[in-house]
Amino acid sequence: MTGTANLTKKKRFGRIYRQQLLTVIIFLLIPTVLLITFTYLPAANMFAFSLEKRDQFGVDVEFVGLQNYKTIFETPEYFSAFKNSLYYLAGSFIQLSLALFLATILCSKIRFSNFFKGVLFFPYMINTVAVALIFRRFFQRGDGVTNTDGTLNTIITLLGGEPIKFLSSEGLVNICLVFISIWRYIGMDLVMFIGAIQSVSPELYEAASLDGANGFQNFRYIIFPEIKPIILLQMILAVKGAISVYDIPYIVTGGRFGSSTFVIETTETAFKFHKVGLACAMSVVLFLIIVVVTVIQKLAFKEDK
Amino acid sequence: MASAENFNTLSAGKGSNTGFDSSMFKRKFFQAMKYVILVLGCLIVIVPLLVVFLGSLKDNREFLSSNVFALPTHIEWSNYKTAFIDGKVLLGLKNTLIILVISCFFTVILGTMTAYVVQRFNTVMGKVMKAAFLCAQLFPSITMQVTVYSIMNKFGLVGTMGAPILLYIGTDIISIYIFIQFLNNISYSLDESAYMDGANYFTIYFKIILPNLKPAIATVLIIKIISIYNDFYTANLYMPSDELSVVSTSLYRFMGPYGAKWEIIFAGIVICTVPVLIIFLFLQKYIYAGLTNGAVKE
Repeated sequence: MTGTANLTKKKRFGRIYRQQLLTVIIFLLIPTVLLITFTYLPAANMFAFSLEKRDQFGVDVEFVGLQNYKTIFETPEYFSAFKNSLYYLAGSFIQLSLALFLATILCSKIRFSNFFKGVLFFPYMINTVAVALIFRRFFQRGDGVTNTDGTLNTIITLLGGEPIKFLSSEGLVNICLVFISIWRYIGMDLVMFIGAIQSVSPELYEAASLDGANGFQNFRYIIFPEIKPIILLQMILAVKGAISVYDIPYIVTGGRFGSSTFVIETTETAFKFHKVGLACAMSVVLFLIIVVVTVIQKLAFKEDK
Repeated sequence: MASAENFNTLSAGKGSNTGFDSSMFKRKFFQAMKYVILVLGCLIVIVPLLVVFLGSLKDNREFLSSNVFALPTHIEWSNYKTAFIDGKVLLGLKNTLIILVISCFFTVILGTMTAYVVQRFNTVMGKVMKAAFLCAQLFPSITMQVTVYSIMNKFGLVGTMGAPILLYIGTDIISIYIFIQFLNNISYSLDESAYMDGANYFTIYFKIILPNLKPAIATVLIIKIISIYNDFYTANLYMPSDELSVVSTSLYRFMGPYGAKWEIIFAGIVICTVPVLIIFLFLQKYIYAGLTNGAVKE
């Protein structure tokens, strides 16, 4: 290479570099400002406020150290709210297994499989508040004056049983809420599993069938390994989902009758009782759990590759 | 198709030594069971929705006196009128649409720009940004609003559409991630040849990157629209006034004045669900594909 060529190349690189820098700055300006203002600044505040006693307006702020964290662990309501996420966690495992079962059925020789898939998926498209209201009515126990029995109690009565107060009994309310959540979200898992099963190469089945594999063996040795990463990912996301439950219990019961979740408790602490410091500490606890779960997720998927 | 046939050997495999008839019977039995399970599943989905539709057509007296499965004796359309006008569902649909259009437009523009810079240019700033976006995903979005709220308040954005819109645009990390993943599969040679022809980075972005990202944009739009349409928390927190109702909050506010009037709440639910059903019937294939792509990339 000659000297002049080298020089023009250098010059060109300088030009490229300047143009790149300009593009980077212009393209990233707005996203950076938004990211800092609405994620990192509030996050920094969250950590700082969690060590303080403060209300919504930030008057009479007092540094209290780890007192807020101590309060979280000493308040039984917060603990029971955490316990409730176990219902949702168990619910997501039921949901995943059911979705996998239905997906394998739908991928076999079934007529109207698209119709079935569409119906089972559709609840995912319905507005969350609409879903919550539909089931508030579904599980309702009528008082005989302003309200009649909802769908489920009507069925129970038709079958000769006694109506049940589903949503105001501590033993049943969480199960009902988990049922709503499965009803709404199972379609998403179903669609994902069907996609994964259909992406398995047909030659694998042909080879397996030549070897005399039966349906169960097909599932065990062909389908399952193929969709294992998706199942694993969904299981990890289920943990994050279970501790972040908010909408459905908030709208259906308002968190009453022992159905509160940690996120409901946090928002109530902040916006209803105006204990911003305590709410921030609760938020930090949630954040730390998510970090731990995410680290596990990354490790699990690293090993897989 | 090959897969479908093999599945039917589920029953045949075990029963093959007991003779042809028995295995035929077993196979038929299992096939029938599959339909029974599917129909049962569909009933569980359809029955609660059917009850809503039937209820929305009854007047208050009939609603309280009849069984939930009973057909209405006469059809009461006034519930729909009440829900539409007094219940502000119409306003809710309009506001949701405004928010959706603005948020989606900026999510796509800013998301693709960020992804382009982060994925294509090997600069320090790009790398820092990528890490910053990935870390941002860890913050629990709902409980974070405790501190976001006071920032929104300082900007005077509480009680305006600006607050949710900025949050939908500015904290959407998943979209950027999806764009980056798609860009990984778009060949650099396209950019390079354009650059050789004298195009600058802006031209490359508009003429090459954006058109090539079309499938990713469709995926992001589907995920985004579903998530904004369903968002209840941010809308409820930042837009408490009736005038700024969106679909979620207008339905939620039905519980106050119409707490005991389920027929009107039901009419509101039907109004919000029918457009979704129509869109779903037309775009089914794209919605499935969009959601699957989006989820796997997470």
